Amino acid sequence: MIDQYVESISTFSGDIDNVIWVVFLIVGFWFVLAELVFFGLIFKFLAKPGVKAKYVSGERPEEKRWVTLPHYATLAFDVAIIVLAIKVWHDVKIDLPKADSTVRVISQQWAWTFVHPGPDNQLDTPDDITTVDELHVEKDKTYHFELTSRDVLHSFSVPVFRLKQDAIPGRIIKGWFKATQTGQYDIQCTEICGIGHGIMPARIIIESPAQHRTWNQSNAPKVADAAPTTPPTQLGGMP
Amino acid sequence: MSAAAHAEHDHAHGHAHHDEGFIQKYLWSTDHKMIAMQYLFTGIAMALVGGFTVYAFRMQLAFPGMPVPGYGRVTATDYNALVTTHGSVMVFWVAMPVLIAALGNYLIPLMIGCDDMVFPRLNRLSYQLFLLSAIVLMASFYVPGGAFGGAWTSYPPLSAKAEYNLTGLGSSMWLFAVALEFAAFLLGGINFITTVMNSRAPGMKMFDVPIVVWMIIIASILFMASVGPLIAGAVMLMFDQQLGTGFFDPAKGGDPVLWQHLFWFFGHPEVYVVLLPAMGIVAEIITVFSRKKLFAYKTVLYTAIGTGVLSFFVWAHHQFIAGIDPRMANVFSVTTLLISIPVAEMVFVYIGTLYGGSIRLTTPMLWALAFIAEFLLGGVTGIFLGASGADIYFHDTYFVIAHFHYTFFPIAFIGSFAAITYWFPKMFGRMMSETWGKVHFWGTIIPFNLIFIPLFLLGARGDHRRIYDYRHFPDLMKAGMQDLRILATLALLVLLAFQVVFLVNLFHSIFRGEKAAANPWNANTLEWQAPSPPPHGNFPQGLPNVYRGPYEYSHPDRAEDYWPQTEPEAAKS
Ligand code: HEM
Ligand SMILES: [Cu+2]
Ligand SMILES: [Cu+2]
Repeated sequence: MIDQYVESISTFSGDIDNVIWVVFLIVGFWFVLAELVFFGLIFKFLAKPGVKAKYVSGERPEEKRWVTLPHYATLAFDVAIIVLAIKVWHDVKIDLPKADSTVRVISQQWAWTFVHPGPDNQLDTPDDITTVDELHVEKDKTYHFELTSRDVLHSFSVPVFRLKQDAIPGRIIKGWFKATQTGQYDIQCTEICGIGHGIMPARIIIESPAQHRTWNQSNAPKVADAAPTTPPTQLGGMP
Repeated sequence: MSAAAHAEHDHAHGHAHHDEGFIQKYLWSTDHKMIAMQYLFTGIAMALVGGFTVYAFRMQLAFPGMPVPGYGRVTATDYNALVTTHGSVMVFWVAMPVLIAALGNYLIPLMIGCDDMVFPRLNRLSYQLFLLSAIVLMASFYVPGGAFGGAWTSYPPLSAKAEYNLTGLGSSMWLFAVALEFAAFLLGGINFITTVMNSRAPGMKMFDVPIVVWMIIIASILFMASVGPLIAGAVMLMFDQQLGTGFFDPAKGGDPVLWQHLFWFFGHPEVYVVLLPAMGIVAEIITVFSRKKLFAYKTVLYTAIGTGVLSFFVWAHHQFIAGIDPRMANVFSVTTLLISIPVAEMVFVYIGTLYGGSIRLTTPMLWALAFIAEFLLGGVTGIFLGASGADIYFHDTYFVIAHFHYTFFPIAFIGSFAAITYWFPKMFGRMMSETWGKVHFWGTIIPFNLIFIPLFLLGARGDHRRIYDYRHFPDLMKAGMQDLRILATLALLVLLAFQVVFLVNLFHSIFRGEKAAANPWNANTLEWQAPSPPPHGNFPQGLPNVYRGPYEYSHPDRAEDYWPQTEPEAAKS
């Protein structure tokens, strides 16, 4: 449903869309049913001259049934949703698969700095490529990201990946993604971070292996125009 | 009642004089009804502030960069301040004063059959603190740097340091205003709880108390139990702002996420603090206008208590992706989905109450029914957000905004309009115009849906919150998205315009409305036994005795379809 509007191009984006779809079906059903009963009762029981309302306490078991049955149904559906949601949550947020490559994502008022490992695929080596507001990744490769902030809270969001994680100064938060398709998409900051919050867009550029190799080679040496990166230890964070 | 009895009654009270001055009567009063009116009209005035701010920033979203008539150009700085003020005002200075303070003050003594709150002077102080808090908040627009723009949730480090938020004074004034407002409601809450415990009319047992009173009491308890940690947090944040301490500053060993826990430990129960009174209002109105006994009174009460208790264990669903231990999200996802059970049950009970009724679609009844219909959508969309996996995508998008407006708007506005139109005859001794009431109803309900359904769609399509110009995001300018933003804004303009109808109807009816009888709706509860409007001391014919529960409508043994709580058993035919 979501993927009709926002492309779904990470390995877990489809799972998240599935949760949303299942919840939609379940709550959609209950919502429509409840509204139908509700409006049905209103029209059925509009005041008619000479007809007195029924006297129903709702305390007798056969009356209460009308509330307790939906009650258990709600519980059953809740459990189903919980199981599904937690499974996906676990895959996206808890259980990080082994990385092919790691990028560092540093947010600040009001820009993103991305540190790519460069041709040697190792961070903190001289061939690291640092860019501002542009993240280059390769399709079909598992990335870990190390997210931090230089000042206030920000949030690293890539809607096409269904990925979102807040950035906290003084901490490095790890996450992962694996793109399934090439292209260029928005990166958003989704946590209010001051007057420039609205102008903190960045782009993610997902490349084929060949494109990525070319980009790596042509950018590796010269990093002068990008903002300096701060090694994580100087941010006072935990590893 | 005779005039003599009235005078004697006043005398007995000792604090009412027939020639009170304007100040004594309207500003320095200790009468719970007058304090309720103070809260009500201050709340309405603040709703105008909330309405104006949303007008300005929604215009910017629909027509970015164009000067907004009556405001001017909305800069990024303005945008943040407007959004922050809108959220803060609507929750803390509209929903709270109108639903809890105004209705609690007005209804509790009348509905439990006593002459005033037990601590009338504390009550007066409560309103005065509240008024001061509103003044401090408004004044922050005029200080150097302007009003705070770090969102109604005020997350540090942004809120903690002037170098980040650029509104050093504005941020502290915001925080101070919120803290004062909490103090005001703490005083009010103490009063409500003590009054209901001590001053119920003779014969009024626990299960004879009208649901709306129960709901206000449960809400007050929730508020008092949850606000403590946030007040502590506010003090720490104030220290961080003004004294340079580092409670929330990682460079000084603090933790910014701590604030989020304190805020939401309060913030989530707070949504039930406003929900429950609205639910109570709806219970009173649907029983009266369907001439039905409330379906399963005790179930309503127990689910309300259950919701209240559970609401203390769900707060971190606002923080799934905020950097808390991701395993914690599992716990909070479970509790959040479980809370849907008592909430859904309450809605089922209300729907059940309509069964077999004799339904009259008066203006208050339309509002009460609309509350149920609309709140249902707010409730079910909460499930998407409580499902942790799905919330990764929805968090901080317009989907969240649409979700909580489908809960908050029914609560704060639909609920308040229901209450005002229902109790207006009691409050002012006159009737409101039904015709204009219905015009206002449809002129509010239709645009309300046209504002927020587009926002669900925009959220699903990736619009994130608190962005003043989406033209910076190519993926958010795809075909149709700006049209949805414009549709929402135009619907808002229509909604705002129809509020003029309400205000005119309100003020016109206060002075010119048809005179109301004591019990124009043939309702059972005690307030309708007092004259309209009730004099100081409420029950000039003497405080009432209670013989039965509040919802004995259409009892088979009686010819009339209602049975006032005060009517002695002997009157049974
Ligand atoms: C009682 C009526 C309710 C009110 C007034 C309400 C209000 C709110 C508010 C104000 C927010 C957004 C806070 C912010 O980020 O600024 C919110 C978010 C949320 N609500 Fe509700 N809510 C209600 C019912 C529910 C229910 C019944 C559920 C779940 C069963 C629910 C689940 C959530 C979740 C999980 C979020 C966090 C979403 C996110 O930020 O990603 N809410 N609600
Ligand atoms: Cu931001
Ligand atoms: Cu919540």
